[in-house]
Amino acid sequence: MANRIGVYICHCGSNIAGKVDCAGVARFASGIKDVAVARDYQFMCSDPGQEMIIRDIREHGLNRVVVASCSPRLHEKTFQKACARGGLNPYLMQHCCIREHCSWTTADPGEATAKARHIVEAAVDRVGHHGELFSREVDVLPDVMVVGAGIAGIQASLDIAKSGHQVHLVEKSPSIGGHMAQFDKTFPTLDCAACISTPKMVAVSQEPNIHLMTWSEVVDVSGFVGNYTVTVLRKPRYVNEDICTGCGACLEKCPTKTLSEFNEGLSERRAIYRNSPQAVPSTPVIDASVCKKITKDKCGICQKVCPTGAIDYTMRERREVYHVGSIVLATGYDAMDPTPLREYGFGRFPEVYTALQFERLNNAVGPTGGKIVMKNGEKPKSVGIIHCVGSRDRNYHEYCSRTCCMYALKFDHLIKDKVGHDTRVYNFYIDMRCFGKGYEEFFRRVQEEGVTFIRGRPAEVVEEDGKLVVVGEDTLLGMNVRVPVDMVILCTAMEPGRGATEVARVFGIAQGQDGFFLEEHPKLGPVSTATDGVFLAGTCQGPKDIPDAVAHASGGAAQAIALAARGKVSISPTTSWIDPDVCIGCKVCINLCPYSAIEFDERRNVSVINEAMCKGCGSCAGYCPSGAAQIKHFNQTQLFNEIDGMLGMMFEPPPPASDPQAADQPGEA
Amino acid sequence: MSSEFEPTILAFVCNWCTYTAADLAGTSRMVQQPNLRLVRVMCTGMVDPKYIVKSLLSGADGVLVSGCHPGDCHYINGNYKARRRVKLLNEILPQFGIERERVKLTWVGASEGNEFAATVNGFINEIRELGPMEARSMAVV
Repeated sequence: MANRIGVYICHCGSNIAGKVDCAGVARFASGIKDVAVARDYQFMCSDPGQEMIIRDIREHGLNRVVVASCSPRLHEKTFQKACARGGLNPYLMQHCCIREHCSWTTADPGEATAKARHIVEAAVDRVGHHGELFSREVDVLPDVMVVGAGIAGIQASLDIAKSGHQVHLVEKSPSIGGHMAQFDKTFPTLDCAACISTPKMVAVSQEPNIHLMTWSEVVDVSGFVGNYTVTVLRKPRYVNEDICTGCGACLEKCPTKTLSEFNEGLSERRAIYRNSPQAVPSTPVIDASVCKKITKDKCGICQKVCPTGAIDYTMRERREVYHVGSIVLATGYDAMDPTPLREYGFGRFPEVYTALQFERLNNAVGPTGGKIVMKNGEKPKSVGIIHCVGSRDRNYHEYCSRTCCMYALKFDHLIKDKVGHDTRVYNFYIDMRCFGKGYEEFFRRVQEEGVTFIRGRPAEVVEEDGKLVVVGEDTLLGMNVRVPVDMVILCTAMEPGRGATEVARVFGIAQGQDGFFLEEHPKLGPVSTATDGVFLAGTCQGPKDIPDAVAHASGGAAQAIALAARGKVSISPTTSWIDPDVCIGCKVCINLCPYSAIEFDERRNVSVINEAMCKGCGSCAGYCPSGAAQIKHFNQTQLFNEIDGMLGMMFEPPPPASDPQAADQPGEA
Repeated sequence: MSSEFEPTILAFVCNWCTYTAADLAGTSRMVQQPNLRLVRVMCTGMVDPKYIVKSLLSGADGVLVSGCHPGDCHYINGNYKARRRVKLLNEILPQFGIERERVKLTWVGASEGNEFAATVNGFINEIRELGPMEARSMAVV
């Protein structure tokens, strides 16, 4: 029986029809061999558009469908489902793109129409050689792994745990809470950060469905959606978590001191330490790089003072393997190191602070006990806050870090509140971006508190007569300014976490141009990734404030719960297949396969694909010397026909460009 | 070489990186010359050299193979396999009178829409400069 192909050309409003003569392309398609019906319509993805396909499958007895519209990455599944509703196997449909790759990128309407005809012809030629394929369902393991225990990872873990599924929560630092645990207050409500985050941290440690692993990192991930095998490296803590009561005796007696990372280098910590008295878990950790017992086998005081004998210097790192159905990545951000911006003097002038350092100055358990004072112990009389340090700057990061305007306003308020209302506070900003709920109102409130706002990115910070001077331009007044201050705060950019590239490699996901993890779709898929079953939560996807990070995390958790709750996931049938009648048993494919999905059948002397493990990459098909290995849906016949269609009638003189406005009526060609 | 000559370029691009970059170039309305035809494959590792040869013999003046950057392959290492195959093909083609420049391998990541448009326009210009493929008219297929 000859094929009966239906061809549907979408106008996409004016997105395609503005350049491509859709009715003309449909007329052209109706002349191609085996095409039974060719139509154009304003929005194929709309309900009436899909209904049109379903009706035609029934009325015209179509056994193949071609849809030419946007990118298949956007709507291939939509039209596959429409075909399935019409009783046609979804893989008998070919979706081709005449929008992103044609109408939107081609300047001349005639050329765009000619290109669209080639694309449609290739799809028609190809679809004739499609075969029916059937998705298979595999079980989804019920457990979920969450990587990173900042506020986003905590939120995602608690959401998943609430649904009754077991969560394995991995955190690389010794305690959970992430950057939020470093903050003192949060904008715009001025809630105390600890008061809202500590209960969540405690909830994580007490939740029976959460298995918390701090001081641990994921080193290897294998498997596929629903069936991931994750190897976690448990770094040695040198303190036995099961025995330690968190009394803190060791912390007082340890004689070795080093700079505290948690306090951003503003104070010292001991070799055995925990980030704060509220740390979860409360078990300290020994820094093996400085501990005298571990490095030189001297000291050992902590072991002597520990009342429960929890200190164990012989602890070794160990690897644990977990089997999970999906993974939520919440690996967060790092604040940019402003040292390369030498003009602002960070590292040269002691009174230049990063925003995170200032957060610690503010914090009641920080290095100054929450007092905003300079290194000499005196209160600053004037403070300059420089916005957009490393953000919105072509030399560093082009993007806006989204949080700096608001935390700068919070600093303004806290300085006025804690140091005194006569303290002068100057903000050097490019634009004030106060976009969230209650943010603009907070901006207004801070303005009324008597804070000065100077529009313009400062040129430099210099030292004159023992005082810092911020040199810049007030672009609203059109004049240069030199503002003497006691203290300067740099609102540093939010950057992808320092280990982001390694994390992306381990989990097999992509990074965007800015280094943050790439989501599946910037608008409609912000928590999924191109790898099924790996979801994003929080600032690892891009700069976010706390409410956005929490909302994003709940979204990622919902995706993981959806997979786990259904318990089944359908796997694409576009795997490889080795024709046993053709295979010569050379075994080349076995070594090429990156997933070890090919086994050798000694009895028949042929290689055999294990479809449960094959992901359809085609490494085998690309090499197979006999042509026995072929990817279903991307086999040689299909590709050869697509190539022929693409090259079929290249560069014929384009027909006179017809008026696209005249082509807005759906009609049978 | 005729200035009238407009080359026909076929590109095999991987679904995860370069095809996505092509989508992004479109969404960002980055105008490209219309000489390119895209064939989507799941991975550059599945591009059998015979697809490239077939394209050249069927009328393409140049073939672009483009995938994820080294280390970024969605299928772990398919792009390395493509690199080996294209390199070998580049060695063999001149023996049949086909200029090696007609087959090019590039890496364009998913977020590099501008890079995609620049690569496409650059390659079209290179092939236009090179002229029509003489070997095809002499080949007996």
